Amino acid sequence: MIPVCRLEDLPVGESIRIDTTPPIAVFNADGELYAIDDTCSHQDASLSEGWLEGCLVECPLHAASFDLRTGQPTCLPARRPVRTHQVTVSDGVIHVRPAVQEGTAA
Amino acid sequence: MRTVTVVGASLAGLYAARELRAQGFDGRLVIVGEEPHRPYDRPPLSKEFLTGSTGSTGSAGATGQTGSTGSTGSTGGGADEGHLALTDAEEEGQLAAEWLLGTRARGLDPRGRTVLLEDGRTVSTDGVVIATGASARRLPGGAALAGVHTLRTLDDARALRAELAGGPRRVVVIGGGFIGAETASSCATLGHDVTVVEAAPLPLVPQLGREMAEVCAALHPRGGTRLITGAPVARLHGTPAVTAVELGDGRRLPADVVVVGIGAVPNTGWLAGSTLALGDGVLCDDGCVTALPRVVAVGDVARVGGVRAEHWTSATQQPAVAVRNLLAGRTVDRARPLPYFWSDQYGSRIQFAGRRRDGDTVRIAEGSTGGDGFLALYERDGVTTAALAVDRPRPFMRIRRELARTAQPASAA
Ligand SMILES: Cc1cc2nc3c(=O)[nH]c(=O)nc-3n(C[C@H](O)[C@H](O)[C@H](O)COP(=O)(O)OP(=O)(O)OC[C@H]3O[C@@H](n4cnc5c(N)ncnc54)[C@H](O)[C@@H]3O)c2cc1C
Ligand code: FES
Repeated sequence: MIPVCRLEDLPVGESIRIDTTPPIAVFNADGELYAIDDTCSHQDASLSEGWLEGCLVECPLHAASFDLRTGQPTCLPARRPVRTHQVTVSDGVIHVRPAVQEGTAA
Repeated sequence: MRTVTVVGASLAGLYAARELRAQGFDGRLVIVGEEPHRPYDRPPLSKEFLTGSTGSTGSAGATGQTGSTGSTGSTGGGADEGHLALTDAEEEGQLAAEWLLGTRARGLDPRGRTVLLEDGRTVSTDGVVIATGASARRLPGGAALAGVHTLRTLDDARALRAELAGGPRRVVVIGGGFIGAETASSCATLGHDVTVVEAAPLPLVPQLGREMAEVCAALHPRGGTRLITGAPVARLHGTPAVTAVELGDGRRLPADVVVVGIGAVPNTGWLAGSTLALGDGVLCDDGCVTALPRVVAVGDVARVGGVRAEHWTSATQQPAVAVRNLLAGRTVDRARPLPYFWSDQYGSRIQFAGRRRDGDTVRIAEGSTGGDGFLALYERDGVTTAALAVDRPRPFMRIRRELARTAQPASAA
């Protein structure tokens, strides 16, 4: 579990990037917390800097959109999903449990 | 409509093919492309493809980008060419198109009902999407010396990359536009000795205006590249390989590799015998419709409502409108995209959106031009007309959306 920040430091509509490898983006979408891979599956852009609307985040480079609940792209140019990660809050602190990377023995 | 032919199998052509199917066209779809490759993405060619870094998509795996996508898997390049592919086998199956690759179209009959192919074949068609893009402009009178490159196609990029792989070289990039700047930056990253020569007193003034062009020009020396401005090229020296670039004032720059990045010319030559109006592109109305209602044009080759863009985003946005109008047989929809482009150089991401005009004032809204990035707003009569960001994606996104909400058709601006 990786501590991210205090819950009150990630208000509704905000996002934050954590410098894991690969980096992870955490979003507060209307009170629900979501975590996905930060790097767009299309090319090199940080989704934590994207446009959050409902459960969708739009990539700041070429406007692909991803569903935060599933990591699936909802439009081009992205054609592959980003990974989703589990988010919990304990003692007022947001934590992320990174998904096990495919092909690694973690 | 029973048959639609898309001429040009790259970004805009592929998006048009997708739109045709998405908008319910279930007839015969023919895609004619001069290059032997399946559609691939050009922007990485001057960026991560040249430096050989595959970007950050590696962790997700290159699913679906198998050798069958055509542009991949042949000479050299290896895995990172897979990252350039715009389609995969699954999507190609869904498109159910006839691909005529490695085939140049050489003409369109006066009614726009027959596409003539270089090899003598013809394609009878009911509708045509022109998506033939643009080619790199060449130096006038330039004989083909070894070591002199342009950068427009995958083959160009492979050739340049191979030449840059043989140890440190003296590279002269002719032209300080975006592709020239990105190429210079990539060459510097690879450890080469790089000089950019620009004929104008300052590069990128038409795109960014003087003030911001100055800021972007400063990226070159910061990245270890020499920038020589106000320096038209007189001639190239060397036989059979280039050895030096001579400037108008007589200066000679020793060079092992020369990259000519002096713009692109729209590929309209094949349409000379057609009835379409040509003039720096295929002339279309605001809805990408040409003089013939069953012929539309999209992407770098299209002059839509008086404006020809050479941006990735225009090439991906125009096809939806063009196809709607093609299937309707008249202009029922207009393209009103906000011009947008990005460029990556010297570790910075530059993004620009909007329609700037000379005389607009520029205000730094965030950050500073001397520091680690900024957002600049172009303003006229108290209204924001355009925005430029260097490493400020988040505020840029906000302002880009605001600008898009108020965007007018290209011709009304
Ligand atoms: C190196 C490079 C870097 C770039 N970087 C950026 C960037 O960072 N940001 C950005 O916004 N834009 C960038 N661009 C621009 C962007 O790639 C173009 O706007 C885009 O490729 C246009 O797509 P298109 O399909 O209209 O034309 P093109 O991509 O030019 O494709 C046209 C296709 O038609 C084929 N063709 C031509 N004539 C014929 C014929 N007679 N018959 C059959 N086929 C024909 C050509 O071979 C080609 O494959 C870059 C371009 C290059 C070259
Ligand atoms: S990098 Fe995200 S859409 Fe291209």
